[in-house]
Amino acid sequence: MVTSTPEREFETQELLINMGPQHPSTHGVFRMVLGIDGELVTEVVPYIGYMHRGAEKLCETMDFRQGVGYMDRTEYLANFNAELSYVMAVEKLAGIEVPERAQWIRMILCELNRLSSHFMFTGAFGTDVGVFGTAFVYSFREREVIQDLFEEITGDRLMYAYFRPGGLGWEVPDNFEQRVQEVLLSAERGIRDMDGLLTQNEIFLARTKNVGVIDAPDAIDWGMSGPSLRASGVPMDIRRDEPYLYYPQLKFDVITGETGDVFDRYYVRLQEMRESVRIVEQCMERLRPGPILPERMPRMLRTPPGEVYVRTEAPRGEFGIYLVSQGGNRPYRLKIRSACLSNLQALRDMTIGHYVADAVIILGSIDIVLCEVDR
Amino acid sequence: MNVELFGGEINVWWDALARLGLAVGAMTVVAMGLIYLERKVIARFQQRLGPTRTGPIGMLQALADAVKLVGKEDLRPRNADPWVFELAPYFVFVPIFLVFVAVPFAFDWQIRVLELGLLYVVAISSVNIVGWVMAGWGSDNRYAMLGALRAAAQGISYELPLVISLVAVAMIVSQLDSAGEVLRGSLNLHTIVEEQGHIPYIVWQPLAFAIFYIAMLAELNRTPFDIPVGESEVVGGPFVEYSGIRWSMFFLAEYTALFLLSLVGAAVFLGGWAWPLGEELRGENELLGVLYQLGLTLAKTGFLIFTVFWVRSTMPRMRIDQLMAFSWKVLLPLAFAQILVNGLILVYDWPDVLLLLTSGAGLVALVAIVDRAVTRPAQRPPRPAAAALGSEAAS
Repeated sequence: MVTSTPEREFETQELLINMGPQHPSTHGVFRMVLGIDGELVTEVVPYIGYMHRGAEKLCETMDFRQGVGYMDRTEYLANFNAELSYVMAVEKLAGIEVPERAQWIRMILCELNRLSSHFMFTGAFGTDVGVFGTAFVYSFREREVIQDLFEEITGDRLMYAYFRPGGLGWEVPDNFEQRVQEVLLSAERGIRDMDGLLTQNEIFLARTKNVGVIDAPDAIDWGMSGPSLRASGVPMDIRRDEPYLYYPQLKFDVITGETGDVFDRYYVRLQEMRESVRIVEQCMERLRPGPILPERMPRMLRTPPGEVYVRTEAPRGEFGIYLVSQGGNRPYRLKIRSACLSNLQALRDMTIGHYVADAVIILGSIDIVLCEVDR
Repeated sequence: MNVELFGGEINVWWDALARLGLAVGAMTVVAMGLIYLERKVIARFQQRLGPTRTGPIGMLQALADAVKLVGKEDLRPRNADPWVFELAPYFVFVPIFLVFVAVPFAFDWQIRVLELGLLYVVAISSVNIVGWVMAGWGSDNRYAMLGALRAAAQGISYELPLVISLVAVAMIVSQLDSAGEVLRGSLNLHTIVEEQGHIPYIVWQPLAFAIFYIAMLAELNRTPFDIPVGESEVVGGPFVEYSGIRWSMFFLAEYTALFLLSLVGAAVFLGGWAWPLGEELRGENELLGVLYQLGLTLAKTGFLIFTVFWVRSTMPRMRIDQLMAFSWKVLLPLAFAQILVNGLILVYDWPDVLLLLTSGAGLVALVAIVDRAVTRPAQRPPRPAAAALGSEAAS
């Protein structure tokens, strides 16, 4: 009996490929080393930190109002949502009452920002899946309309720095209501287009269904939040569970997925955009004239000693600000709880066992913003 | 040996050289035109304008690109295999241009009427896979390597359905022999086109055309089968290390291949220059007829190319396993079934309408299979045991 027949004729070796920090679909300077066996991914080693700027430390060196600008630079696709967490933390610590009108405008802007951020996601995700730019351009058409509105309001296209502890920087333009209606109309058109271009495309479905599955217990264990968590079927939405602003007065649904695959993460976001449109419409009905800052605001904002943690539902999940003050006009310690960082942790679990092409769309489906991950 | 050309006698070698020179020149122009057209067409699909600045409505954009590419430094990575790296573009470029020899444009507009023209076309056009693998291997880049392996796998897999769908047509071509008897089967592209004067073969063989078109997209590495060059995955695949003139040769070959395969599709399935009324018009007026035939060929080719651009601007990319499964489990069996049925019909002399009916049924089956495959959830591949790679990768 011949026993020396080798089981495998050829020695095969795993190939390590270095994806990023310069790679078109790592959404920034993210790097992951993939160990691949043929086309199958056997190991994923993510590296983060290429974008570390020390935003938290920088915030500790300037006074409370200046910190708003650093929130824009941290979460540059959902600036208003990031600013909101920060100003709410400062307000909570300093005990500032915010006028009603300012709160409603904050809600409108945050939801519009959620729309624009999710449009960014659908566009970039379409490119990841391999649509040659068409999804991207269609998304950006709608995103551009929202961006124009933000520019009219804040004077800046990217770094708005519009929220202030206590309210807003200045009053919105006179035609605000009409402009918001226009934006909503175009956003609805954009959502329909995405449905037609991606959701109903057979190849898109074949690529995304049952890929990168993460079930609910695992998703919770990894600390995922936002649409990525809801896609796994966990109905957790801070807007509903831990209400802030005036969300309890509004009617909106918490969208959840079923299997927690890439398709669900995409589809939850798409449906969430419809909910955002609903929320903005309700906010517009309730918007009344009034002051946008409290009547008595100190020239130099000082807080009593103490610590707070405020979290809000940003487009990518729980964006939290942990603020410690020892009195005085600047934070003693500021910690940003990044939604993307936590969501990214599940990447290895989701990717191993899939194909190289899937690694790209799984990363895309988490919708990371590297500035927020690395801070 | 001399041949007749424009009424005079000319040495056959000079004749061949002149024709080849004409072919290369024409194809370069065609490729640049296609690059411009693709940018314009896709731009319109994306609500953009595309190039507008260079020349009237941006028509000289491709020329400007070419000048830029020629002016660029010809870089070669230090660890690249010099011979393999530098020769690879020619292995992609030359076979594609050789295909040009056998394709028919109009009744008398064909560089050489080859008796085995169809065989020649499919045989030569698949040589360029060697060039792709050489480019991937020689670049000493892992993305390039991955892309090259993908290209090889895909090229081989889709070559088969492509060839067999063409065979399905080649076997039903009818021609009269010298004794006036009807003979079936020809690989001569001229004959194949000529026989479609009344009804193009897409009517008789819709399934074969569908398979040909899908396989053509894959052969050309076009969306949704652009896996070897997938920008968002392997960043350009085998070409990732190429720059300047060498890269532009790949690019030129890609568009030339697009034109030529579309031309073959137009000739074999859509009636080429013969349908409708190509021959009749030529019988009345030689010059007008040839121009009309040329226009017919180019219009049909242009239509196929336009659909390729159309698909590219709307379809996502497939995954490598889906791609392979689609070729081996769906397209190839259907293509074989097609030639089997065709063979039965020919051998037993059944009426020709059966060709249409069986092929149409096959097309319905193809659509049904694709539909079912999409609606049925895919299986997650088995999770391989994660090797202790972390430490190695980290170092």
